[in-house]
Amino acid sequence: MFKKKSPSLITGILLAALPVLTRAEYSFNLPEAVTPLARDTMRVHNEFMLIIIALFLAALGIMVYSLVKHRRSRGYKPAAFTKPGTRAQWLWVIAPFVGLLIIDYVVIGIPAYHAAATMEDTRTDADMVLKVTASQWKWQYEYPEEGIKFVSMLATPKDQISNRAPKGENYLLEVDNPVVLPVGKKVRVLIMSTDVIHGWWVPAFGVKRDAVPGFLRETWMKIEKPGVYRGQCSQLCGREHAFMPIVVEAVSPDQYAQWVARKKGETAKVAAAAGKVWTKDELTRQGRGVYDKICAACHQPNGKGIPGAFPALAGSKIVNGPFVDMNGRLIKDGHLDRVMNGKPGTAMQAFKNTLSDADIAAVATYERNSFGNNMGDTVQPALVKSLR
Amino acid sequence: MTAATNAASHDTQHGHPTGLWRWLTTTNHKDLGTLYLTFALVMFLVGGVMILLVRAELLLPGLQVLDPNLYNQLVTLHGLVMVFGAIMPAATGLNNYLIPLMIGAPDMALPRVNNWGFWILPPAAVMLLLPFFLAFFGVGDGAAAGGWTLHNSPLSLQAGIGMDFTILAVHLLGISSVSGAINVIVTVFNMRAPGMTLTKMPLFVWSWLVTAVLIVLVLPVLSAVVTMLLTDRHFGTHFFIAAGGGDPIMFQHIFWFFGHPEVYIVVLPFWGLLPHILATFARKPVYGYKAQIYAFWGVGILGSIVWAHHMLTSGMPLAGNLYFMYATMSVSIPTAVLIFCWIATIWRGSMTFETPMLFALGAIAMFGIAGLTGLVLPDVAANAQYHNSYFVVAHFHYPFFGTAVLVMMAAAYYWLPKMTGYMYDEKLGRLHFWLTLVFFNVTFVPQFFAGLDGMPRHVADYALRFTEFNVISSVGAFLLGAVQLLFLYNIVQSIRGRGARATDRVWEGAEGLEFTLPSPPPYHSFTTPPVVK
Repeated sequence: MFKKKSPSLITGILLAALPVLTRAEYSFNLPEAVTPLARDTMRVHNEFMLIIIALFLAALGIMVYSLVKHRRSRGYKPAAFTKPGTRAQWLWVIAPFVGLLIIDYVVIGIPAYHAAATMEDTRTDADMVLKVTASQWKWQYEYPEEGIKFVSMLATPKDQISNRAPKGENYLLEVDNPVVLPVGKKVRVLIMSTDVIHGWWVPAFGVKRDAVPGFLRETWMKIEKPGVYRGQCSQLCGREHAFMPIVVEAVSPDQYAQWVARKKGETAKVAAAAGKVWTKDELTRQGRGVYDKICAACHQPNGKGIPGAFPALAGSKIVNGPFVDMNGRLIKDGHLDRVMNGKPGTAMQAFKNTLSDADIAAVATYERNSFGNNMGDTVQPALVKSLR
Repeated sequence: MTAATNAASHDTQHGHPTGLWRWLTTTNHKDLGTLYLTFALVMFLVGGVMILLVRAELLLPGLQVLDPNLYNQLVTLHGLVMVFGAIMPAATGLNNYLIPLMIGAPDMALPRVNNWGFWILPPAAVMLLLPFFLAFFGVGDGAAAGGWTLHNSPLSLQAGIGMDFTILAVHLLGISSVSGAINVIVTVFNMRAPGMTLTKMPLFVWSWLVTAVLIVLVLPVLSAVVTMLLTDRHFGTHFFIAAGGGDPIMFQHIFWFFGHPEVYIVVLPFWGLLPHILATFARKPVYGYKAQIYAFWGVGILGSIVWAHHMLTSGMPLAGNLYFMYATMSVSIPTAVLIFCWIATIWRGSMTFETPMLFALGAIAMFGIAGLTGLVLPDVAANAQYHNSYFVVAHFHYPFFGTAVLVMMAAAYYWLPKMTGYMYDEKLGRLHFWLTLVFFNVTFVPQFFAGLDGMPRHVADYALRFTEFNVISSVGAFLLGAVQLLFLYNIVQSIRGRGARATDRVWEGAEGLEFTLPSPPPYHSFTTPPVVK
């Protein structure tokens, strides 16, 4: 299980160490806040940090004073008190706890209440809705008002992860399809999951919310400054947990409108693709792309899977079997059924939720005619559309 | 091996088996204490090696050492091994060895249960670790890989046989802990020497009594929740499957109902040890004895009703979030009482700084960081930034390593001469302390910053902006690991009798019944109960 095919150790270490030598953009605090929520969070965080550092230094100071003064090597004779005796001593004992109570429930407690209440108010004056659906290991974004829906996945090449190529500036924090949102609008975010629990976290927005399968969760943000904001999945969700980043591009409302128009055009094109009859070559060519991006993480680029964890597709009975019955209906647990509806309780998810008709048809055709599988048939996008 | 072996040679009038048979069949509290402590030390090293592999992977961005699946297994096993294999058995070992000596009892109240409680630990550890190794031979897909809390129950449902092994191992560990805890409760209430009233009991015994009550209350809840997971996996139930009417968040609620008190189960016994050591080396009686007892109970009770602050991003309603935020903050009061009493204990004492004292003082400072970062974590808004980030990883290592493990080391240096009859190497001990304290902070302080900067936990690889923090943290971890060899060497030297002879009282300022016995104590002690005035 240790990685075998790595480049020479020294090259690997050098390639990995390169960023340390050339770049330093770390910061010691939360990232710059670009939403009202993040600003609130930043404010309470900074205030609390100062308070706890002060409390720590005060306690440590008293302790260090005692360590220096009350030591035998300086001839200090031990006292014998075991509890406060005089009224003044009682006051000294009670005072720190009264102070702590005030810090807990007034100094920290009141601003913390306001920040928490603001955070949960997702509905008041919401301008638009963004639906986020998490799956192992990608995010699907949907704009219900616009009818736009797409999947967003890690765009960092595998070569960079395995240290065969120098790492890019946004290593592990770059995706193929970023979310685009207008600045100055309150976006209500609805979050769900198709398989396991994930967490949608963009630090600059002060937003982190778990995506729980079977339940709807929500949060909100109102981005005040145009820019590109990056985040990651925050809940251990399996093998590729480190590799499902989030990228949000905040643009002006005009640019947002243009982007919406362009995306709608693409969506129409994808829908039209289901209408025509595809050749086997077209399908396998597109299918290879989809496979390498979506399926290869588990089933491996050579279709051999990982024994014990992820089944092989090469020589698989399911892949090398029929997928529709004589009446043109999906065969339960057949190849196409697996691809479209997944296998409950496993990492194999229902891809009809995230892939287009053409992509499903293409990847199924590719799998049936690769890795030594030689079924020779095709799956047409129109069929997939009719079986949804 | 240790004390008991030496003791046995002094005290041959009571026949007992020798060799392996002695250790398998022993019902003697000192033998069992020795076994527990040895087991804990071995698991401490095993869990340490695991995390050093993890830190090696995290040294630089990119995947160099481990593939992500192996990485997740090692992180998960590190947590389970350290909590259930190292820290809890270490605390149980100390209670076995020390409670009868401290309260003037001849042994624990239930010696056979005691033997059984220990001897189901090694099989449990084997069960936990076996699937990890089996995977290298092509059997199964490795050990549990979802984090030690199994927080993501749908992920646990996807997992292979490693999860079943873990569930059964957790059952065994739970039975062991509960039987040990029942033994403590029964011993404390029935076996005290004449005159040893409850309010004269040493604080370590009190803190273990609170711990034992917590264990009996919440460990069965852990067993229940993993059993529900097991039936969801294999017998068609839907406790945690939304499609069947279940709820994955319910797993988290039930788990953390155990999991948060578990934090106090881990640290309470060590809090109880601190005043013993502080009073000895300050040559001054413990300050606020009763206040500390109330604080132990306060932490135990409050700690049992704040569990969902581990789930503030899971989408609870505002009222729930607010309750768990304010309730969690209230834990700061009893913990502040403890810190106050400890500082007041050394205040105006006549201090010397032997190794146990250094570790105890270091632990107080580290516990301060643990408690204060714990005070800001439940703030609902800020928690959105801290939760599941490296900030949390750094935070919880301060109570676990910075408090529990440091006090464990203080206790080892403090009572080892009593157990073996020989001193350890003082110079080496002090060196061990300073290096441990420095490298512990070199390891974990950068993780606070990495977390604030946005680094999620449980990741095998990370973005370039986190590189500097991880380089420092990994180097710190390797050094911290290496330094523990000094500890090992020092313990072995004391056990082999290489140091000076220890006196009965061992330390000039030591108080307590255990210091009225010879060092090492005879195999059977207090067969005639001492009279406590």
